[in-house]
Amino acid sequence: MKLTRRTFFKVTGAAGAASVASAAAARPAGAAGVAATPGADMRAMLIDTTKCIGCRACEAACSEANALPEPTQAGDTAVFDRRRPTSVQALTVVNKYPATTTAPERYIKTQCMHCVEPACASACLARAIEKTPAGPVVYHGDRCLGCRYCLVSCPFDVPKFDYDSNAPFVHKCTFCGERQAKGLEPACSSVCPTGAITFGTRAALIEEARQRIYAPDSQYVRHVYGEREAGGTSFLYISDRPLEQLGLPGHVPAYAYSALTQGALGAVPFIMTLWPPLLMGLYTFSQRRNAAAHGDHHAGDAPRHEEDRHA
Amino acid sequence: MRSPAATTALRPFITDKLFLGLSLRDYLRSLATPGSLTAIGILAIGIPVIIYRFVYGLGAATNLTQANPWGIWIGIDVLSGVALAAGGYTLATTVYIFGMRDYHSVVRPALLTGFLGYFFVVVGLLVDLGRPWNLPVPMLFSFGTTSVMFEVAWCVALYTLVLFLEFSPALFEWLGLEKWRERAMKLLLPATILGVILSTLHQSSLGALFLMVPTKLHPLWYSPFIPIFFFISSIIAGLSMVIVESNLAHKYFPSRIEPGHAGDLDRITLGLSRAASVVLFAYFFLKLQGLADAGAWHLIGTAYGAWYLVEMLGFVLAPCLLFAWAARTSNPTLARWTAALTVAGIVVNRLNVSVIAMNWNAPEVYVPSVMEIITTLTIITMGILVYRFIVNRMPILRLLPQYPDTH
Repeated sequence: MKLTRRTFFKVTGAAGAASVASAAAARPAGAAGVAATPGADMRAMLIDTTKCIGCRACEAACSEANALPEPTQAGDTAVFDRRRPTSVQALTVVNKYPATTTAPERYIKTQCMHCVEPACASACLARAIEKTPAGPVVYHGDRCLGCRYCLVSCPFDVPKFDYDSNAPFVHKCTFCGERQAKGLEPACSSVCPTGAITFGTRAALIEEARQRIYAPDSQYVRHVYGEREAGGTSFLYISDRPLEQLGLPGHVPAYAYSALTQGALGAVPFIMTLWPPLLMGLYTFSQRRNAAAHGDHHAGDAPRHEEDRHA
Repeated sequence: MRSPAATTALRPFITDKLFLGLSLRDYLRSLATPGSLTAIGILAIGIPVIIYRFVYGLGAATNLTQANPWGIWIGIDVLSGVALAAGGYTLATTVYIFGMRDYHSVVRPALLTGFLGYFFVVVGLLVDLGRPWNLPVPMLFSFGTTSVMFEVAWCVALYTLVLFLEFSPALFEWLGLEKWRERAMKLLLPATILGVILSTLHQSSLGALFLMVPTKLHPLWYSPFIPIFFFISSIIAGLSMVIVESNLAHKYFPSRIEPGHAGDLDRITLGLSRAASVVLFAYFFLKLQGLADAGAWHLIGTAYGAWYLVEMLGFVLAPCLLFAWAARTSNPTLARWTAALTVAGIVVNRLNVSVIAMNWNAPEVYVPSVMEIITTLTIITMGILVYRFIVNRMPILRLLPQYPDTH
């Protein structure tokens, strides 16, 4: 096929437009079709807020397992007077949400959700955060630059940055990866006296959650929080109050966050391969045009080396 | 003409090249201007502040929190800095690729501003990073290829080198390194093309960073098109910044201007205004498409909506029309002021995306600390001082007679 200049421009122009369009169409389609449960065999937790009594044993066990200071106001119910976020020194926190006219008082434990496809891990430029096949989302401080893009990306506001340090790390729940590797249960679920925290595989716990919420005379809200949120999380919640009322963020999209930037990253090879021929074409065109304007009709046939080097 | 020996002898180098042919005493005296003293004052406060930040950590120096992890060091020093340094690739493409030689006289200043812009963006980034000593990790050891930030890091690093290469002929001419200059000149065209690729990638990727915050960034600013908004607006920023910078250079360095070029400036200013007007026009309608796509019309009536209208009408549509009017009526003064307005608009946009409309539904509001503001001012001041040092010495605004073919 003879490639005329006109055809060349048509092809590169169309391909360039297509790559830009693919970058723009970054919006994911969401969970379409009936697919297998993502991360079915990964380790997970089911938190049933109807069973939590706010004893904060999980907080104490977490602090001990992670060699952190004892939880603030241990054994003091006044701690529930204000809402506490997780912090550098408290990787899991229990908060109380008082009764309303229509809903009972509830306690809720929060920590890292250990997403199946974590936003933080896909956002990290140094792979300092990784999702392990077993389930825990782990952090490698020795790779971390402290850019805090993980804090920005996380839809659950989980990673916490040590602003008080001059060599800061990011801190978050580890899902007791080391304990799990030794065959132990995570610290928090191992001490829960009421069965509010259940440890198991993700598929089994989703099944368990469904059985509870669809049981006869169930008072549960028919939503397993974390089954679809952000593409699915390893920590799953059920409650008899909408979990948005208990401090978990509402409106978290149902797609994995890594899908949000796939289009933009996918445009990179197109730009890298299409810009050079396009720009070289424009360069050649402008050289010939300038030469023609100066009445030098041979310029386009043979490269004029001095001219080419012009700055 | 210069003798080769002059460049190797140390003393002439210091007095001729560094002290502008003055003795040390005279040179220092020549620096005692109000501008210099202000700059020294800013640095005298700012450099200890930056040291304080590294000794005591980000918490001691900034108002950053867990809910607002990015502040003005990202919004101004990095995002606005990169956009406003886009004049390098914009003008290099215009002249070296499109062959529009009328704009030759502003290419070197644009490349210098671009290079210094990126250099000080990197300085700002190092101040903002919690663990800057780990910068080699993503470059050499652990590649986060799923991260837009990874793309940004690589492109900014490479493009800073490319800009240095594009600027280096002026450096080699100043040092009299003939062979090095020849080599650098040969690389100009490939460097320009590489520069356009890298700029397309990272200017858009800085916007793509915010694709990850669909629940945190206000719907009037969040859009799947945000990489394209950032890229297109970087062209606007580059063109406007070249107008601002070249006009300021003509005002403050009149003795460095090539005698024949003083009259050229108005013509160039108006030409760039025409281009900026067209791109602003396209950008305005692209932004409207983003608004329609987000289905966010109903939010126009809110307080954030009013602020959005200020950005869109005051800093995009108004400069678009003013540039067009300035070009049509051949009014370079209006073009200069419009360019300044547009530059301010770019900063407003980047701050809106990264700080003001970010976490808009969270109770906590971020206001920069005094030390954050001082640090930003210090980095900008350092950039201006280095610019002045180079313009006063190297052939940036005026070409050397022995290199008549440079432009």
